[in-house]
Amino acid sequence: MSQKTEKLIDKKGLRLDGRKPDELRPIKIEVGILSNADGSAYIEHGKNKILAAVFGPKELHPKHLALPDRMVLRCRYHMAPFSVQERKSPAPSRREIELSKVIREALEPSIFLEYYPRTGIDVFVEVLQADGGTRCASITAASLALADAGIPMRDLVVACAAGKVDDTIVLDLMDTEDKIGTADVPAALMPNLNAITLLQMDGILTSEEFEKALNLTLEGCRKIYTMQKEALKAKYVSVKEVEE
Amino acid sequence: MASVITRVKQKQIVQLIAKGKRLDGRGLMDYREIKVEQGIIERAEGSARVLLGRTEVMVGIKIEIGQPFPDTPNEGVLTVNAELVPLASSTFEPGPPDENSIEIARVVDRGIRESKAIDLEKLCIEPGKKVFVVFVDVYVLNHDGNLIDASALATLAALLNTKMFNYEIDEGEVKIKSGHTPLPMRRHPITVTFAKINDKLVVDPWLEEEQVMDTRLSMAIDDDGNICAIQKGGSGYFAPEEVLEVAKIAREKAEEMHKKIEL
Amino acid sequence: MPTSFERRQLVIPGDLIAEGEYIAGENAYAEGNKIYASRIGMVEYENKKVTVVALRAFYIPRVGDMVIGTIVEVGFNGWIVNINAPYEALLRASDVLSRPFKPQKDELSQVLEIGDLVVAKIVAYDRAHNPQLAVDEPGLGKITRGQIVKITPTKIPRLIGRKGSMISMIKQETGCQIILGLNGVILITGKNLEDEELAIMAIHKVEEESHTSGLTDRVAQMLKEEKAKREEIKNESEN
Repeated sequence: MSQKTEKLIDKKGLRLDGRKPDELRPIKIEVGILSNADGSAYIEHGKNKILAAVFGPKELHPKHLALPDRMVLRCRYHMAPFSVQERKSPAPSRREIELSKVIREALEPSIFLEYYPRTGIDVFVEVLQADGGTRCASITAASLALADAGIPMRDLVVACAAGKVDDTIVLDLMDTEDKIGTADVPAALMPNLNAITLLQMDGILTSEEFEKALNLTLEGCRKIYTMQKEALKAKYVSVKEVEE
Repeated sequence: MASVITRVKQKQIVQLIAKGKRLDGRGLMDYREIKVEQGIIERAEGSARVLLGRTEVMVGIKIEIGQPFPDTPNEGVLTVNAELVPLASSTFEPGPPDENSIEIARVVDRGIRESKAIDLEKLCIEPGKKVFVVFVDVYVLNHDGNLIDASALATLAALLNTKMFNYEIDEGEVKIKSGHTPLPMRRHPITVTFAKINDKLVVDPWLEEEQVMDTRLSMAIDDDGNICAIQKGGSGYFAPEEVLEVAKIAREKAEEMHKKIEL
Repeated sequence: MPTSFERRQLVIPGDLIAEGEYIAGENAYAEGNKIYASRIGMVEYENKKVTVVALRAFYIPRVGDMVIGTIVEVGFNGWIVNINAPYEALLRASDVLSRPFKPQKDELSQVLEIGDLVVAKIVAYDRAHNPQLAVDEPGLGKITRGQIVKITPTKIPRLIGRKGSMISMIKQETGCQIILGLNGVILITGKNLEDEELAIMAIHKVEEESHTSGLTDRVAQMLKEEKAKREEIKNESEN
């Protein structure tokens, strides 16, 4: 019995979890929660629970990895064995290696790498619980961790995915929708510069559908950006007081 | 020593592109010369060799019998691996696949899988128990830029060249009969890669263009002009309008490619 | 010329602060005629210069700064020092020993070994080279006693206070010697542990409430209350 006959959108136009097609899952973000890391952030996006930490800038060891004129950004995306339905081996999978690369490439353009040559920044992302859209939530959290570490940046990076489910373009796919749906388009955005730093797609879309999905995910990104900003400021607003 | 590009050359490339030309005389939207050969490795069930300019990629297909994935019990299995063989470039080190070879393999896989190029249901032998497993091994033999498009094209050519042995089920055992059947292929996805160099887009970047580019965007297009895979690679970024322009041109180039390469 | 934020407002990286004929100061950058923030902090305007006073930043070495660091490696002609910055610092043997130097590793570790603390001055630093330290002034050199406290480097000026008012007050109230490394590392040497603890309390209070006013008085008040409490406890235990 093929799962493909299961309907993902009901007669009222609502999805399996009751959301409308253009609705985001609930998001909760906290910045600066790890005491050892130079910067950190924690995000809950739907059932995703993801921790991001930043160490650096610091001298790179081994030294030959360092670049003479800029910082090197290293990124490790990793899923905890208990994060998915069937226990995942702790060894890095090919998917984790690819995601580590695309997440790094999504964050790099936002950092002023030229400021501190010969140093390195390590970004570690641990997915504690996964439910679709982990790479996007990881980028959103990692970008906050970078800002929390005082790394000079052009902009924050925020990410979101849209896709196609039952002939409808929807925003923010959860795991079931991702597996059974017909397309998934994750994208990362520097919102103030309107610059897309991550873009992938798997599935099939006509060019019109793709344009719709792209616009929807960028809209989703901007909505999440408001929450990202708030989470970052929340850590410092209590420090700063209106006085003088 | 191909790994470091001189500043003089970097400037040359960028300046020419700003004027709409490339160092090797191509237009911004032109591919290099493409040569495709099929059936070069007789021991493999299918094979092909693609020359894209001086980039050379060989793909071998091996068919075995194995178990299906639990969530697709009626479908055969496709698995793609890529090797950036050390002899292909002074920058490739021996060892397990690194992030670049993994990315190439997964992008090629996506193009084939999402376009449903292979009729995987026809590869089912015994539902839930036995299916044909298609092993695609991408072997990069010379790196002169745009490994993704060369690998995707070589993979497509190799799959179209693939013949599976005939079989019959005798007392629950798979017995090989005489004769062969071509691998059931339904679609012919073509992957088109663009590089962004100083706000200009070029198709099919060669090695030195890749060394100066800001970033790249690859799109896999099926026979009907649908997009079935996208991968932005490298640092750098795209404006939303640039992404849509790439989608438009990718579809045009894929159509051109279908007509040009008779597979 | 439009500005989107007022003085002392909180900005985050990517916030558009001003547009028009402005120049970007620290922790801000220009893209075309727009000035954006590059770090979290508070906006300051100085005529046409837009600066962000960073709330979160690591220490960037500066020539002339006095810093406190830890020896992490003994090399052949010097030591490598961790000064809590993106770059490790170098302390050359020739700048430490008062006689001509023979490169034998053992000799060096007898002067300074891994784990030793030093107060030093940055005498050289540029984009292509790691910061270089010297200890050839009075007050610099190996630290033999005291406690180390680390705070965000951006708060050191607040800890110093206007004309040194904050730090002098703390020194006075606690009777401790306090050396402030501009890299956020602080050395406290007191007559006993309790005095040093008092000083550490005061420093943490300044770090947490650095953006409030009347802080010097409040810290002084807190120290007086703490000392009174301790007197009381001592008296009780003697009775």
